[in-house]
Amino acid sequence: MDVILKQGIVFQVRAEITENPTIADSFSSVSEFEEFVQNQINQRYKILGLDEPWYSPQRVGFAMYKILLLDFGHATFLTSDAGSSDVKDIIFEKLPRTILLFTTATIIISIIGIFLGALSASKVGSIVDRVTSSFAIISSSFPVWWIGMLMIFLFSFTYQIFPARATPDIPSSDPGYLLSLLYHMTLPLITIVMIGFGSWAYLVRNFMVGIMQEDFIMAKKTIGINQKKIVYSHALKNAAPPIVTILALSLSGSLGGAIITEAVFDWPGMGRLYFEAITVMDLPVIIGSTYILTVFFLIGIFIADLLYGYFDPRVRTGT
Amino acid sequence: MSSISPQEIKEEFFKSKMGLAGIAILGTLILISIITIIAIPIETFQEWNNPGNWITYPKVAVPIWVNFLNTEKIPEHKILESPNIQFNSNGEISLTSHQFGINFNYNDFPNDFIYLFSSEYLGSPLLQMSVLRPDGIKLELISMSLPHSNIKTVHSERIFSTDDAIKKNLSLQSDNFSFNLDRLSAEDIVFSKTQTNEPLKGNYIFSIDTYSIKSETKMLESKLIIGGKAFGIMGTDELRRDLAVGLLWGTPLALFIGLVVSIASVVAGVFYGVYAGYKGKKTDETMMRFNDVIYALPALPFLIILSVTISNSIFVMVGFLMIFGWVGIAKVARSMSLQIKTRGYVEAANMMGQKDSKIVLKHIIPQLLPYAFASIAISVPAAITTEAGLSFLGLGDPSFPTWGQILHDANTFGAASRGLWWWIMPPGVMIAITGLAFVFIGNALDAIVNPKLKR
Repeated sequence: MDVILKQGIVFQVRAEITENPTIADSFSSVSEFEEFVQNQINQRYKILGLDEPWYSPQRVGFAMYKILLLDFGHATFLTSDAGSSDVKDIIFEKLPRTILLFTTATIIISIIGIFLGALSASKVGSIVDRVTSSFAIISSSFPVWWIGMLMIFLFSFTYQIFPARATPDIPSSDPGYLLSLLYHMTLPLITIVMIGFGSWAYLVRNFMVGIMQEDFIMAKKTIGINQKKIVYSHALKNAAPPIVTILALSLSGSLGGAIITEAVFDWPGMGRLYFEAITVMDLPVIIGSTYILTVFFLIGIFIADLLYGYFDPRVRTGT
Repeated sequence: MSSISPQEIKEEFFKSKMGLAGIAILGTLILISIITIIAIPIETFQEWNNPGNWITYPKVAVPIWVNFLNTEKIPEHKILESPNIQFNSNGEISLTSHQFGINFNYNDFPNDFIYLFSSEYLGSPLLQMSVLRPDGIKLELISMSLPHSNIKTVHSERIFSTDDAIKKNLSLQSDNFSFNLDRLSAEDIVFSKTQTNEPLKGNYIFSIDTYSIKSETKMLESKLIIGGKAFGIMGTDELRRDLAVGLLWGTPLALFIGLVVSIASVVAGVFYGVYAGYKGKKTDETMMRFNDVIYALPALPFLIILSVTISNSIFVMVGFLMIFGWVGIAKVARSMSLQIKTRGYVEAANMMGQKDSKIVLKHIIPQLLPYAFASIAISVPAAITTEAGLSFLGLGDPSFPTWGQILHDANTFGAASRGLWWWIMPPGVMIAITGLAFVFIGNALDAIVNPKLKR
């Protein structure tokens, strides 16, 4: 990082001088000129604090302080749609779009998945169970982005219902923008949900099958509580802890978007930003978005831990 | 961890329909790869990205079998290589005549026609190209003299149907047609009915006559290409590449990537986990913490960074995929070995003074084998789809025609929104089928190894 920044500065200074030939003319000897250039470079090093090693407390503290304020500096190459090169602006422009598509999709997937999983676990070996399981197996071996391409082919070429590109083509100030955005995100949303819910249902089913064989469920059955109530309130609540963990992880993971899916649908979210940043090696953007995602990841785990206590009182200790 | 003998596993496995289906698909795929490696010359594989190699092929042509399903016949792309050769000589002038007959039986005009030749001659021979149509009309297409040379030279050239001279010659013969020829291209005129501008079906004979004075002209190569809109079993893409070749070569590549990555990472993971579990204490602790570090790395961004910065060669990529593959398996292997370690026979062996390496290899690893096989099968699809995904993003090895690479090209040329289904469907179906085969095998094995899931 330091090396790259230093090289960048040297390049910048040299470029400024070549652009402006009068500077070079005003020196009498080559050595004087070189000295001037070196001075310029050193000055800029100092401004950025590059004269000290990276582990010096001053620099580390300053970097921490900047990160706390979500100040990640300026991107080297990328800009936001509004034209700002501030990393914060770029990320906060992309993040809502990713939340809109992927987090919505994750929520829909988990709701469908939990209910389908519970349903098939309550009737192991039934048609619903078998269809769900085989659907989960089959859908897990299809790449999402390929299904995306097929969906584009089917619904925007053969039957022209949805647009092929997911980016709305009208400016964001237009009153119809939101509607257009929703319309554009339908196709990716359907695709992600279609591929995702099978494996969720399968996972939930496997947890539930284990719990349905526990003694207390048997006891409830013999008492005569009806099957539906057992499955949805008693068994599901007991299967909740692992489900909540996965839900929290996938919700916070969904903020990162999906690099490949966004590439197919041309959805301008976090995944695309990440990919673009990596391909041009735009370090401030990579660091900034990784940081934001990690923060959300930690928040997700924290909430999951709190919910654990609610669903499984055994976890609660102390008071 | 129940101990099941290999015999029982085999029996159970052959009872499950899923496992058998998986084996059947896998067998077919292996057969395809063997046939590919034997039957398709290795040059086509190396020439995949060389546009010169595909110049005689049509652009975005649909698969030929579409014609069996449709009543509207799409013209097939034809490369005619063996002309009917006649040779006449009356001392002074010698005439070499090459005739290509084609049966044109389609409801649409061809894209173009190209005559490709290379000849060896002395002086300046005259080349005349004409076509005899099914209705008996003979159209002169071009007559040109080859560049003069005093010594024997080899000259090769391509005559395209878009050539201005052909256009001019055809407009001189416009009284054969009862409609205006001004805005039509040469192939639309040559293959047209005289009354209306619709394709005329029947046998066409293209003849190329070369007249040379005093010396003989030798045609070394002579090819007529009738550029159609349908070609091959799988069609072609925007860069004129035959997709069948790409798809066939993709099979051994995908199997190679999937199997190498999963076998290597499972073997590494099992040994790592077993060793950590068996040693215990500090070794276990450090090894597992290292494992956690890799476990926490987001795989896809890291793979992208690695392939952008280091290299995108397919072999290096296999290595990268392995880095992220072994972690989960090591965790499970460790917990299993912790259980097995406490068994009586392990302790007995230990007390007998057997070496650690021998105990691990002889007593612990064999117990883990069923689990290892199941996880090899389950992790293959992930390896294949990850590689396909990376290739799809354009980070794959461009010199190998993998399925992901084909889909990447399809995406960059907008195949989905242009409706080029034969470019999108087959690679994805192949990925999915390969994935399914391994998932089937893996699930069948998994159900035997972990009987709890079956109930």
